[in-house]
Amino acid sequence: MNAPVIVRVQREDFDLDAEVSALRRERSDIGAVVTFSGLCRDEAGALSALELEHYPGMAEAEIERICHEAVERFGLQAATAIHRFGKITPGENIVLVIAASPHRQAAFDGANFIMDFLKTSAPFWKKEHHVDGSIGEWVSAKDADDAARDRWTRKP
Amino acid sequence: MSTVNLVYFSWVRERIGKGEEMLDLPADVVTVADLIAHLKTRGEEYEAAFEHQNVIRAAINQEHVDHAEPIAGAREIALFPPMTGG
Repeated sequence: MNAPVIVRVQREDFDLDAEVSALRRERSDIGAVVTFSGLCRDEAGALSALELEHYPGMAEAEIERICHEAVERFGLQAATAIHRFGKITPGENIVLVIAASPHRQAAFDGANFIMDFLKTSAPFWKKEHHVDGSIGEWVSAKDADDAARDRWTRKP
Repeated sequence: MSTVNLVYFSWVRERIGKGEEMLDLPADVVTVADLIAHLKTRGEEYEAAFEHQNVIRAAINQEHVDHAEPIAGAREIALFPPMTGG
């Protein structure tokens, strides 16, 4: 059976419970569901919003490639990834990843893998808006994110 | 000459001052690295965008590629900074 992969790139918010329910609907073979939610944080009150730019078409395609690789690698039974774009304020959702598998380890690893590759390979860019009204810098890519991705390609 | 659609994102887009353009490429522009070198001759806004050439990421027809990748047959080439989604 082909594991269903659902990928959406959208401006509007998403509902974690609704997405998990959709993934589980009419199935009794799933034993573990791991969800990851990425939120916009306020950076100690300094941040008023994040502006997320994306590459339409490639963003969806790249996240789909990552999810299918995770399905293959960890034997996931289903995977969902939703990423928002546009202006997002502190406390709001940015990204949701759901991974389902018969046992917990594959679901944990699958969600982790999808996030590590999504952060470094999915074409999104964040710009900071500050509470004082100034528009800040584009967020810099972190070496730690590259390292998190690379651990999946290293031999154990 | 071949014509290609170039797309730019984030601070690459801001420094160049546009998100998209059609460009006729000279025959000696073979790889992504050649393309970036060619763009840098087009004015100071391009020089600013590609000042640190090694950090620039590229995609051909919406798939990631290295700077050594040949661009023959590309419909769309994207140039952008390292990604910061998630």
